[in-house]
Amino acid sequence: MGRKLLFDKAHIENIRYYDVYRANGGYDSAEKALKSMTPELVLEEVKKSGLRGRGGAGFPTGLKWSFIAKPEGVPRYLVCNADESEPGTFKDRYLMEFLPHLLIEGLLISSYTLGANSCYIYIRGEYAWIPDILEEAIADAKKNGWLGKNIQGSGFDLEIYVQRGAGAYICGEETALIESLEGKRGNPRIKPPFPAVKGLWDCPTVVNNVETLATVVPILRIGGEEYAKYGIGKSTGTKLISACGNINKPGVYEIEMNISVEEFIYSEEYCGGIANGKRLKACIPGGSSVPILPANLLLKTAKGEPRMMTYESLSDGGFATGTMLGSGGFIVLDEDQCIVKNTLTFARFYHHESCGQCSPCREGTGWMERVLKNIEKGKGKMSDIDLLWDIQRKIEGNTICPLGDAAAWPVAAAIRHFRDEFEWHVLNPEESQVRNFGLAHYADPLEIAAPAAV
Amino acid sequence: MFSEEKLNKVKEIIARYPQGKQKSALLPVLHLAQEEFGGWLSAETMDYVASLLQITPIEVYEVATFYSMFNMKPVGKHVFEVCHTGPCMLRGSDNIIDYIKKKLNIGVGETTQDGLFTLKTVECLGACGYAPMMQLGKHFREHLTPEKVDEIINECRAKAN
Repeated sequence: MGRKLLFDKAHIENIRYYDVYRANGGYDSAEKALKSMTPELVLEEVKKSGLRGRGGAGFPTGLKWSFIAKPEGVPRYLVCNADESEPGTFKDRYLMEFLPHLLIEGLLISSYTLGANSCYIYIRGEYAWIPDILEEAIADAKKNGWLGKNIQGSGFDLEIYVQRGAGAYICGEETALIESLEGKRGNPRIKPPFPAVKGLWDCPTVVNNVETLATVVPILRIGGEEYAKYGIGKSTGTKLISACGNINKPGVYEIEMNISVEEFIYSEEYCGGIANGKRLKACIPGGSSVPILPANLLLKTAKGEPRMMTYESLSDGGFATGTMLGSGGFIVLDEDQCIVKNTLTFARFYHHESCGQCSPCREGTGWMERVLKNIEKGKGKMSDIDLLWDIQRKIEGNTICPLGDAAAWPVAAAIRHFRDEFEWHVLNPEESQVRNFGLAHYADPLEIAAPAAV
Repeated sequence: MFSEEKLNKVKEIIARYPQGKQKSALLPVLHLAQEEFGGWLSAETMDYVASLLQITPIEVYEVATFYSMFNMKPVGKHVFEVCHTGPCMLRGSDNIIDYIKKKLNIGVGETTQDGLFTLKTVECLGACGYAPMMQLGKHFREHLTPEKVDEIINECRAKAN
């Protein structure tokens, strides 16, 4: 069994309630921080842990916190990003539903470290039942002296509020989230200034993902140095992976970042193999925006080494032969799945979710969707494949926020690795409507299936 | 107009933000208004919300139209919002959507003549591991099969009677 730091107590009945959480060591980390550590010392521990943002970008959390501006007399804010909307990702939902106090304890320690006296949890609107769970937990924490004024006699004050979004993927981008929290459309802001200097209501603000903030609790419990001993290299600690698609056991798993992709997919402890006795065709390991890889490149890097569930190993080879750990939204496709169709659903998704501010994204996402729809319906031309490649290249890097990149990458990777499947759709317009291209050579050993340069 | 109780709720929401930042209450108050006034936001409703928060009506319109959860026209009593993004598609969401269309005899975006059901397709709701799924009111209905869809339809009809 892999070691657990977030879900180590998840099996305990009623752990979502205060009394049970507290009786099992809950709020011990917060107590330690408030009673025996300065904010600077907590920050040191987080830096030592090597914790990286769990929302997808993987930016070092301690470093992000150290950027927060501290002008005299200006409030600072911590915002918890619970807008989990990247297709394939549903890990934060699990954490909030079943371990709400773990998150609240993490918010308390993090707010203390940053000197923030108000903290907002911005949760996606569709998770409509979760604010009740969080608000109940907040009320119980407050009743027991973990929120409010002069927490546990430390002199530190904190209030936590839950704010529901209303259906917009873009609000997971931190500046769009801040705009939304201010009661506006979720249009990302131009950076700089960064939120650490000018964020919510123009005050210094840190925005972190749910899992990132919850992870601060075990870091303080075992110490930053000890935490850094989990995992491999710069991928320290554990990561929540939400596994879905054509596997036997979809769900949310906590993994130590030292196991191979093969073990994650095929072991009984995790995904339990491909469903219905089918074979693995492809996988998108970090949420819909990261590059899709064919089975052969997924399980082994281009160098022939086993691919590991770490930031570095998953991105080994760059976009030519690698992908990204991203948010940990692990989407598995079996041999019966159509890459064109799958790519089309993601193109439609990003078109739907583009805020419309930047023309490359606003126009390009819709254009890609239309071209892909044509190919999928057997009405595509060979030149459409090159056109798609051209459009995605003109979106990538040319927008205010990363949604443009997120929309471009899945299309680019699908063409890069599955170009012959796209061509087959164009050349076999009728056949492609009644059957799928199938596994083809995508699971063959690497030397045969080396991706064609595009 | 909100009831006294709802007006108190609005006050409580506004108190979460610093003085003068009551515009931040817009999304929560629009959710409240949509629940209270028939499941959608009419121009009158949006103007009312603007007056409550002391902002201009256009500030409400531009926000309400941006977010997919706010309905800009009337919907049925029960709205089936079926996810059809990649992970749900891989687990057969297309079949579920087709089944609901046939069963209710409506297309996507339409409402049954009795005003009971609206069918919508939506993008990823964060339940990929429990696909196919739909949102129904406040909750998710997961691991959908035709049989489960039948049960849900019956359940909604029973509630209406």
